[in-house]
Amino acid sequence: MAGDTFSTLHLDPERPIYLQIIEAFRLAVARGDLAPGDQIPSQRDLAQQLRVNPNTVQRAYREMEYLGLVETRRGTGTFLSPDPERWRKVREETIQAELARFIDTMGRLGCTGEEIVHLVRAAVQSTAVQPAAAQEGRVEPPAPTPAQEGEASDD
Amino acid sequence: MTETAGVPGTAAALGDRAPVREAPVAESAKPVLEFHDVHKHYPGVDALRGVSFTLPRGVVVGLLGANGSGKSTLIKLAAGMLRPNRGRVRVLGLEPGRRTKARVAYLPEVDHLYAWMTVAETLDFVRRFYGDWQPERERLLMEELGLPERQRVGALSKGMRARLRLVLALSRAADLILLDEPLSGIDPPSRSRITRAILAAYRAGEQTLLLSTHEVLETESLFDRVLVLDRGRVVLDGDADSLRGQAGRSIQALLEEVLG
Repeated sequence: MAGDTFSTLHLDPERPIYLQIIEAFRLAVARGDLAPGDQIPSQRDLAQQLRVNPNTVQRAYREMEYLGLVETRRGTGTFLSPDPERWRKVREETIQAELARFIDTMGRLGCTGEEIVHLVRAAVQSTAVQPAAAQEGRVEPPAPTPAQEGEASDD
Repeated sequence: MTETAGVPGTAAALGDRAPVREAPVAESAKPVLEFHDVHKHYPGVDALRGVSFTLPRGVVVGLLGANGSGKSTLIKLAAGMLRPNRGRVRVLGLEPGRRTKARVAYLPEVDHLYAWMTVAETLDFVRRFYGDWQPERERLLMEELGLPERQRVGALSKGMRARLRLVLALSRAADLILLDEPLSGIDPPSRSRITRAILAAYRAGEQTLLLSTHEVLETESLFDRVLVLDRGRVVLDGDADSLRGQAGRSIQALLEEVLG
């Protein structure tokens, strides 16, 4: 339900708020909390829910419209792009950006490419770090951590 | 973490283009508040020493700075309560005074309420002075802030009086809203209620809101723009999200840095 998706969103005051709002929508679709074509909250409602300036939400929505992630239909509201291809591309770009960031950080810590590959494989194989992609059926569901329990109660 | 990593190309794309907006009519294109090299002295004190800035319509601006930095003086000049010794202040292109009073809602730091009136009587009394009073906004604020209508103002706690003053300032469709320390004297649990009420009443894109505060942590998510004063001078003026992106820090942290 779109109304609840953002009630638990924690905004980081060290990063631009409008970008965090865009990320929240992207993640909500990736997780399946929102589906392509879903109506999203009005700018005013979301601003009050997040307790941020409505102009900041407007900036986020305008940017998402520019990126083709949402469409505003006059008189009815704002909807996520119904095109699954668009969202697949967004997910792909996000993965690439996250990877680049991770590799950059590891490089700064003095790791070589081979070391990074080795460390990632070892970390994924250990039980401590499991990708949270159980819903997609690619890995066995990991033992729930407190954070995941909190999320599960929303479903 | 960089701010653009999550949404590739976002910041660059935003910089390349003019904001998408309806063609502005002459009135809305006019700056709502302008300060041009404004100086204000009190006996023995230079409160403002050459302050310049321009606020367009529809922005929420945080006026930040330490005690005695000149925040209240700046707000009083905009409200037409004081005149500058040097420089120029303009509200919608006009010199602050009788003609701008109808366009400006001002919440002073000090209390100006009559203790013998009830909350409802105070609202009745103040409402009559303003043609731009919005009854539905008043109702919304009264509900949001939980004010007891029948109680006498004299019997209200300091925090409740602050809430009532907020209702008076925010119930109007003024072009410029000036809030001088709306959170001072309000206990931390009630502050989020106040900020929520401000957001509920504020008309995005229509009203310009200038809010001075010490409580940066609780309010920074409200601001489009921050204006930081230090000993009578503007030491930081910028778009809040751009400042966060450039510095990778919160407004609170930036403030400590520029004032430290």
